[in-house]
Formats: sequence, structure tokens, C-alpha cells
Amino acid sequence: MTEVQPSKEVAEYTEVHRHPEPKSFLWKYIFSVDHKVIGIQYLLLAVVAVFVGMALSLLVRLRLVCPECSYPLLGQFFPVGAPEGVMTPEFYLAMLTMHGTVMVFMVLTTAPQGGFGNYFLPIQIGAADMAFPRLNMLSFWTTFVSFLLLMAAFVVEGGAPMSGWTGYPPLSALPEATLPGIGQDLWLASIAVFCIASLLGALNFIVTTLDLRAKGLTMMRMPLTCWTWFVTAILGLLAFGVLLAAGVLLLMDRNVGTSFFVPAGLVVSDKVIDHSGGSPILWQHLFWFFGHPEVYIAILPGMGVTSHVLSTFARKTVFGYRAMVYAIAAIGGLGFVVWGHHMFVSGMSPYSAFVFSVLTMCIGVPSAIKTFNWIGTMWGGKIRFTSPMLYSIGFVSLFVSGGLSGIFLGQPTVDLYFHDTYFVVAHFHLIMGVAAIFGMFAGLTFWFPKMFGKMMNEPLSKIHFWITFVGVYAIFGPMHYLGMLPHPRRYAEITSVDYLGATGAAELHMFITVAAVLTVLAQFIFLYNFVKSIFAGKECREENPWEATTLEWTIPSPPPHDNFAGKVPHVYRGAYDFALRGAKRDFAMQCNDDKAVYGEPAPQASGD
Amino acid sequence: MGLLIAIAVWAITLAMAVPFVTQTWWMPESITALGDEIDAAFNWTLIGTGIIFLLAQAALGYTVWQFSRPTDKPASDSHGNNKLEILWTTAAAVIFVGLTFVTYSVWAETRFIEQKSMVPTADRLVVEVTGQQFVWNMRYAGEDNQFGPTDIALIDDAAGNPVGLDRSAPGGADDIMVPEMQVPVNKEVEVVLKSKDVLHNFFVPELRIKLDTVPGLVGKLRFTATKEGKYEIVCSELCGLGHYKMRSFLHVVTQEEYDAWIAEQASYLF
Repeated sequence: MTEVQPSKEVAEYTEVHRHPEPKSFLWKYIFSVDHKVIGIQYLLLAVVAVFVGMALSLLVRLRLVCPECSYPLLGQFFPVGAPEGVMTPEFYLAMLTMHGTVMVFMVLTTAPQGGFGNYFLPIQIGAADMAFPRLNMLSFWTTFVSFLLLMAAFVVEGGAPMSGWTGYPPLSALPEATLPGIGQDLWLASIAVFCIASLLGALNFIVTTLDLRAKGLTMMRMPLTCWTWFVTAILGLLAFGVLLAAGVLLLMDRNVGTSFFVPAGLVVSDKVIDHSGGSPILWQHLFWFFGHPEVYIAILPGMGVTSHVLSTFARKTVFGYRAMVYAIAAIGGLGFVVWGHHMFVSGMSPYSAFVFSVLTMCIGVPSAIKTFNWIGTMWGGKIRFTSPMLYSIGFVSLFVSGGLSGIFLGQPTVDLYFHDTYFVVAHFHLIMGVAAIFGMFAGLTFWFPKMFGKMMNEPLSKIHFWITFVGVYAIFGPMHYLGMLPHPRRYAEITSVDYLGATGAAELHMFITVAAVLTVLAQFIFLYNFVKSIFAGKECREENPWEATTLEWTIPSPPPHDNFAGKVPHVYRGAYDFALRGAKRDFAMQCNDDKAVYGEPAPQASGD
Repeated sequence: MGLLIAIAVWAITLAMAVPFVTQTWWMPESITALGDEIDAAFNWTLIGTGIIFLLAQAALGYTVWQFSRPTDKPASDSHGNNKLEILWTTAAAVIFVGLTFVTYSVWAETRFIEQKSMVPTADRLVVEVTGQQFVWNMRYAGEDNQFGPTDIALIDDAAGNPVGLDRSAPGGADDIMVPEMQVPVNKEVEVVLKSKDVLHNFFVPELRIKLDTVPGLVGKLRFTATKEGKYEIVCSELCGLGHYKMRSFLHVVTQEEYDAWIAEQASYLF
């Protein structure tokens, strides 16, 4: 094994045991235990999934503006769902269901945590790998199996399930009430397998964060990205177990005659259903006990990346680091006690609405802290407009827009009108959909040079930013107005409700669809940029092209197999030491001691 | 670039906000006193969040613009400001949590209904609404003011008995089954919500209320409509492939028109 000297930035280091790099293709790229390879595997899975999810959303949009239009190519692939290319209402619902499921599970849950977290958590805390590398590999491949199971639902007889990504029984439990077939079973199996994979991953993240930090890297010196991955892992550990149980129970209701979620006395098409004793609302409790933390699983890592990127490119310390950490923890904690706000009109006891409502509003407080502190971080800075900075600024704007509509929905009184309308669709797409995805764009453009030793094309990234930023507002902004009408969600067409025809819903739908088509097209700019840059991007072998402070910027790009080549740097300061006075540079890396930062003699230490 | 981003953020913010001020796409007029209160709760929320929305986006744009302009000054070395932190934490807490307290009484009025009664009284009409894929079935107690018992074995859609009403049992003979709801204006109505198969949701936008119909459970809503007219009942919980066409009508009419209508319906029974 070649001896590698640590970066000039590193003041002192600890020698640790080194692991040899695997030589064969199979063990190096496929069944790799290297967290960086696994991180990229997760990212590639998410890229495939996000294009699948986007294609599904386009079908949904197309049917909404023209239910009778024929798309012959579609008819070739789905002769049942789209006979002669015309989408049936049940096909619409199936696409809707799969769009939500693919996006929430395979994109929003995999890329921010499994992708970026896997790749950069160990490096940012000075570890050679995750705590359990084999478990990490198992997490990814289990997730991959889950993805295959989900995709299989498209091709089985009866097609993909049509009960929405929330899969509420009895609709999801009774084949009699939808279409016969095993699509829903595959969906449930996929979710259950995904839960197992996420549980394994969560354990790994928690142990890695607690046990493998470099010397001097206290919790309160960790980059905020690590804090968000850590809290996200705790959320995952507590939430996915519940969904796993719910998924297995529903699978049993469908296949072995149990009745966890199906009550007695149901009649479908004059046929009495042979079930008794279950409760449909039980599923909703279990599902949302997972489902609400899931929102934060999707968005917390994006918040971490945003804090990290804003500080780096404003050349300024994160405003109120401690408050940011407390806010992350508060959002995570409160996230577990607000699930009932999804169920205000579900038939759940109306008396419980008050507690869920107050707790929900409480989440607005740490969210407001974060927003103020992001603006505070940029205030007084010297902003550099790199593409990750643009995406992060976009994140803040989208987070504000998407977050504030939650204030309406969190009050049961106001929710009475807006529940299950497009107002909700606008709300969650802005915040957990596109805000989280802007976090991913920021992360990918920021870390790309480290991951691949190449730069992404900045002008292309910026063009992509502008189209996408305006585009997502053009898509999801008008959905608030649809919600005002009020337009119920999950309607395959608007022809059967008189007031929708009379109040301009069709025009709004057309505007949204045009915006969606353009925005989706712009994503191919990003895909092109991403793929092209991996193979033919501008070389960037610098350790630290962004003049950033954290440990990943002290190692070569791309990093060697065991990250620090057996020499783990010591950490002397917090993660965001920018705008230093009397120092040689305007920033200090975490592994710089005071002598390196200020020269002799060392003044009072700054830092955490 | 900074100014460009600021202008874009401000322009988008205004574009989003303007239709909420001009009320271009808006709620239909409320037809109940409770609906007016719900609208008030909505308006308070809109004003509060609207101001925060405008200020936050304005501040974001301004910050990005101001602190990207070329300057010789070094970046600020501030690490934060505890006083500011406490100030905006408290402000956010008061506004957000305060809203819940302000608007909650309306929820209590709408939903805190004793669950036992299903008995029509002189000043309260009770209508049983049973959802099924993809129609609404409305049942009135009839002349004896008493709902007859039902039995799932008797359910027969084709024979016009979608809820399995036992016509031979006491109270069942004069129950009236109709596909659309008719109620007198200014009279309190209790809607008893049931489902035969999957989840549905009873939603009349003009009443500002909605509630899932849950198989195995009985849900209740109360309203007093103060304006005559024909209003749509739309299903607001995914119930299957025909979800989008599952709707019915609520007719709010004068007491005389109601009496005539119910008498006409009763005459079809015998």
C-alpha cells in the first residue's frame, strides 16, 4: 500500500489501521463496502427513480388537461391502462400512486441520506468508513430489491395499485374495490423491504456519528450536515419500524384473511366482504406516525446542505450555530407528535385535534429560526454566486413558501376547507418535494468536484437553476388557487363537478401542465451536465476548490479508498470559521491549529 | 447576479400573493354562520402568514442583493445574536400557536357533537348519508321520525335498497331513500355519515365542512344553511376509479318547498 502524506492543512493526525482496496470489479463497484461507492450507488438509484417519477407526473398532468387525448406510444406499453393510448381513470390513479411512492421513498429518502450522507458523513467526521460497512452494503442492495419490487407492479396483471401513496384501506385492502391483481401486494412488499433497508441504514448512521468522530471533533463542532444526517437517522430508526409493521399487517389483510384494517359489514357491488373487527383509521395512525417524520427525513438533510453552502459562499460563519442545532433536534422531536394533523377530517376523535394542532404550530417555531438564521448567515457576508449557492438560496425561498401554507393546514378549523384539496398538494410539493430536491441540487453541485475530481459546467448549472426555480413556482404556485376553488385532489378529470368547470380550473390546469413540461425538459440539461461532467468535465484535482472548511476538503479529489489513507486529522475548531480577523486567510479549516491560522504568536482561540 | 435573484424572488412572491388579494380564484360564498367564522379564521391566517411571507421573501432578496455587491469591507465576523434569536423565536411562537387558540372554538362548535343521538327533533332534521362507490345515498326518517333498522343481507342496489333497509321492521316502512339531499333553510341539520365499502368524504364547499365516511364508524356533522340554493356535494377522499365523479347535490329550500318535496317522496312509497 502506498504511503500517502496528509494534506498540508492538517496540523496533527492519528495513525489508524488501513484496509486494502478491493481489486476485482465485482467487489469494488457492485458489492462494495466502501461508503463512497455505496453513496454513489444510492445517488444513481435516485437519479433513475426521479426520472421515472417525473415521467409519471407528466402522464398525470397530461391526463388532467386532456382526458380523451390519445398517446399511441403509451397504448403500446399499457394496452389495458391506456387502450389505444387513451388513459383510463384507473390508470391515472395508478400513475399518481406510483409517482408519489417512487418520489417519496426512492428519491427523497434515498438521495439526501443514503447518497450524500453515506458519502460525506464519514469523511466530514474523519472516519475511514461507516461503522458497519457490510451492513451499509446490505442496506443499499435491500433498497435496490425494494425498487425492483415496486417497478414490477407496473407489469403484473391489473397493473400498479391505485389507492394513492398513502394506501388507505379498505380501498387498498379489498381487491373487490379496485382491480384484481397483485400490484398492491408488490407495492406493500416493496415498502416493507424498503423499511428494513432504512432501519439498517439508520443504525449505521447513528453509530458512525457517535463513535467514529476524529479527535477534537465534538458534537457541537460537527458540520450542520452531519447533525441533519444524524437526526434523520434517529427519525428513520423510530419511524420505519412502524411502517414496516403496518405494511405487513395490510399484506396479511389482503392475503391471509386477517382483519386489522377492515371492519365487518362491508358491501361492494352487493357482495358482502368476509372481514370483521378491523379499523381503517388504525392504518392512518400507523402510516402517519411514519409519514410525518418522513417529511423531515426528506428535508432535514437539505437544510443541512443549505446551511453548509450558504456559510461557505457567504464567507461567513453560520448565524447561531447552536440555535440551528437545537432547531434541527426540535424539528425532529416534534415531528413525532404531530401526525394527527393529517387526520383532522378522518373521523378521528375531534377532541384530539387541539393537541395535534398546537404541536404542529410549534414546528413553525424552529422552522422560523432556521429561516431567519439562513438570512442572518448571508447578512454581512461576501456572497459568491456559485451554482450550489444559487440552489441553496432557492431552497430558502421554497422552504418559506411551502412552510407557510402549513400554517393554514395545521389549524383544524381552516383545514376543514382545504383538507384533500390541491392546496395540500401545493404545500407538500413545495416543501418536501422541490425544496428537498433543491437541497440535492446544491449538494450535488457542491460536492461534485470532491466526488469525481471534475467540475460540473457552471453556466449549464445556472441555466438549469433559473428554469427550474421559476418553473417549480409556476407549477405549484397556481395549485394554491385550485385549492381555493376548492379542487379536491386525486380527481382523474374535472368534467363531473360543475363548479370546477365554471371557475377556471381548466385554465389553471393548462398553465400548470405547460410549466411542468418545460420544467421537466430543463431537467435533461442537468442530467446531461451531470453525466457529461463525470466523463469529460473540467479536471479539478485541487483539494479545496471552494475554500471550504470541513474535513472532506483536506483529502484528494476523488478521495482514496480509505479517505484519509490511515492518517486521520485532529480537529481544532468549529465547522464554519469564516471571516477571521488577523488570520492569513478569511477562513480556517477544522484541522488547522491556531498556529496555522494566525501564525505566531497564537491569539485567543476562536471556534465553536 | 445578486440583483437579478432579488428581482426574481420578489417578482415570484408578488405573483403568488396577488391572486390572494384580488381573490381571482376564490372560495364560494359561505352559507352558514359557522362558515363565516371559518372564513374569518382563514382571513386571519392569510393576513398573518401573508405578512410573514412577504417580509421573509423580501428580506431574502434584499440580503442576497446587498451582500453580493463588490465592497472592500471584509465579511462580518458575527457568530449570531442571542437577543435577536430569542426575539424571533418568541414572535414566531406567539403568532403560530396563537392562531390555533384563536381559531379553535370554531372547530369545537362544528365537531364536538354528542355521538349518541340520531333522533330527529322538532328543530333538528337528521339525514343519514351513506357513501358507496361512487354514489351518495341519503336517508330521511320519514313521518314517524324514526330510522328503521338495516341489515347488510338485504342490500340490493338494483332493487333500490342500497343500505339494506328493513322495510318490515318498526320505523322502516316510511324511511325515504333519495340520491340528493334536500333541507329547509335556517333549520339545523345533522348529517350522519356512514360508508358501505371504502373511505369517502362528505364535502360541501359552501358549508365549509368535510368529514370522512368511515366504514364501521358513524360520523356526524351539523350545519344550519341560511341561503337557499343548489350546492354540490363532492367526494374528497380517494375512493377508487370513479372518485372524480362521485358527487351529489344539496338543495336548500324554503320550509314549504321542503314539506312538499318530502310529501312527494313519501307518496312514492306506498
